Amino acid sequence: MAEQSIYGEENIDQEVKQYNTLNLGPTHPATHGVFQNVLQMDGEIIMSSEPTIGYIHRAFEKLAEHRPFYQVTPITDRLNYCSSPINNMGWHMTVEKLLGVQTPKKVDYMRIVVMELSRIADHIVCNTVIGVDTGALTGFTYLFQERERIYDIFEEMCGARLTTNIGRIGGFEREFSAKAVQMIRDFIAGFPKRFDEFEGLLLRNRIFMDRVINVGPITGERALEYSFSGPNLRAAGVDYDVRVMNPYCSYNDFDFTIPIGTNGDTYDRFCVRQAEIRESLKIIETALNNMPDGKHMADCPEFYLPAKKDVYTSMEALIWHFKIVMGEVDLPKGEVYHAVEGGNGELGFYLISDGGRTPYRLHFRRPCFIYYQAYPEMIKGSMLSDAILTMSSMNVIAGELDA
Amino acid sequence: MVEAPAGVEGQGFFATSLDTVIGLARANSIWPLPFATSCCGIEFMATMGSNYDLSRFGSERLSFSPRQADLLMVMGTIAKKMAPVLKHVYEQMAEPRWVISVGACASSGGIFDTYSVLQGIDRIIPVDVYVPGCPPRPEQIIDGVMKIQELVKSESLRRRNQPEYKALLASYGIE
Amino acid sequence: MALTQETTLARLQDHFADAILSHDAPYGFLTIEIPADRNLDVIGFLKNEADLAFGYMTDLCAVHMPNQPGREIAVVYHMHSLTNNVRLRLKCWIPEANPEIASATPLFAAANWMERETYDFFGVRFQGHPNLKRILNVDEMEMFPLLKQYPLEDSSREDKDDRFFGR
Repeated sequence: MAEQSIYGEENIDQEVKQYNTLNLGPTHPATHGVFQNVLQMDGEIIMSSEPTIGYIHRAFEKLAEHRPFYQVTPITDRLNYCSSPINNMGWHMTVEKLLGVQTPKKVDYMRIVVMELSRIADHIVCNTVIGVDTGALTGFTYLFQERERIYDIFEEMCGARLTTNIGRIGGFEREFSAKAVQMIRDFIAGFPKRFDEFEGLLLRNRIFMDRVINVGPITGERALEYSFSGPNLRAAGVDYDVRVMNPYCSYNDFDFTIPIGTNGDTYDRFCVRQAEIRESLKIIETALNNMPDGKHMADCPEFYLPAKKDVYTSMEALIWHFKIVMGEVDLPKGEVYHAVEGGNGELGFYLISDGGRTPYRLHFRRPCFIYYQAYPEMIKGSMLSDAILTMSSMNVIAGELDA
Repeated sequence: MVEAPAGVEGQGFFATSLDTVIGLARANSIWPLPFATSCCGIEFMATMGSNYDLSRFGSERLSFSPRQADLLMVMGTIAKKMAPVLKHVYEQMAEPRWVISVGACASSGGIFDTYSVLQGIDRIIPVDVYVPGCPPRPEQIIDGVMKIQELVKSESLRRRNQPEYKALLASYGIE
Repeated sequence: MALTQETTLARLQDHFADAILSHDAPYGFLTIEIPADRNLDVIGFLKNEADLAFGYMTDLCAVHMPNQPGREIAVVYHMHSLTNNVRLRLKCWIPEANPEIASATPLFAAANWMERETYDFFGVRFQGHPNLKRILNVDEMEMFPLLKQYPLEDSSREDKDDRFFGR
């Protein structure tokens, strides 16, 4: 029997479910970066979401077509800006592959030290931010002090803290100074204790575990379909690490384990990054202890900027410096793809050169962009606060997402 | 030691102009809105960390809601897609409000002279202090905030009604 | 016997005699050119064959070469067989006047956003894509910026004088 409600509607026993549309972002305290998600919510449960990105699209690929090779390095800095040196090294290795330059072992070991330090810095940001999003700000304050020590090391090496523009095509501009080596050794000595302190705050913390276990899970098969890579893929159980699969830069001299998780949920991603930080520390220590003798650059004078003291005193070195930076040296034709293990996964550089002074086409295979597609699937059916944690545990860096 | 402002002092009282007192109070309790988009945002996180500590300057409480913020800190590149969002956020802020543009990208587009990047946020909102750098060191960001503090201390309480300010906002199309 | 680039190429040539238009290995990376209308066949074969197992789509992008009439835009797929540790690159050339190619989303979920990015930058229309719209640029943009005929800078900017910038 059709009842009449006090509002004059008929058939009030029929329930029409309407979802609430909630706009998350692009400016939001908990989305660390500018991306928008329009969520359809049934109360607190997320039914579907549609992400919108591009709010920091800076046209890197088009920009790279107009910049000679050394001027592309600052652009690569700004991809995953939490670990800029990895991007720089990856780019230099790509160009070296194109040129056929073989770097001496010493350069490889120096590069490994720099890359692993920046990997630690990147994972520190991600893990402390997972803590912040659950409400635990102490870990952030403790570990960012460690990040300052890493910044000091980078500053000693290349002059910049965050967007480092470090290295040259063929090696480095100078050896690690004694002060830098001492700072790295002090870091290796002092960091584990403070890191254990941070881990003790969160890892077996009942509240943290309740908040992050089974939040935003993804299976290994699904992760492979979405071309996940890096810690997110390893947390889902697939042990794919570019450093082991396609070793570059003498990584095959080093013995390190690849931590993998089981469920692919936020807790696994957190734990995988924790373990990777410890592995990176071991790698840095081994590299410093076994640092081979040799030059800190390869023999490619057409692409390696001359030493600064020569540039300031000798006319020929000054002219060479100018020519190389302004791109007056032509490159060989060819196409090359080189991938490095970035903080977020397989960071690939697809470079096509037509013999001119700038790349004809440079495409960045950005891991963040590719795995963020899975986000709607990962948060479907979970609650809003879980969606925030999933996003922060995926370590989505807006610079790498939009490029 | 910080000096007291000019005023008449006596036993248990201190008389000065209202402007000065309110300026002092405002300057030392600025609530910033960190509009962090890219790399400068990470340097801001370092500034808020314990080594550089922006909260010493009264900015302990970051407000992500523009309605509750005094200072809009735009840190990072603003793309043309983000520009309407930034303007919307600025319009929601209540007077008195200040804007600091941190980094080369926010000040002028930075190294990204491309089709998709807004060449400086002062194309859409009025800016009080520009902090150059790519990214600026935390000390520079703090210097920028201190300059904002100078502006806040010396600003008239009637700024929002002054014709120059109204003309400035009108030139941006903001009511 | 473990799979190598040579054996992969041999398997593809056995199965798709007419679809392998050319092959090369610049810098040791097997690069195969296939016709644009056979892209799903080849990718599906690579993915589904048990011994090939190219189950990981590393990358999907495009390249614009305006000096080759009729074959201006190349859609490039980078594939990776994780179990066999073999990588290869597939290239499909399509004309700029009608840049259409079948979408790889039924095979790989990762192709979704990568194809949207390729559409956004080059205008390549992927048939069968569930949601082909711009992803990184503003939705109202009319041009496809990474094509070679468009400039890097915004043409409507008035604050930079090209005389001072050497252009």
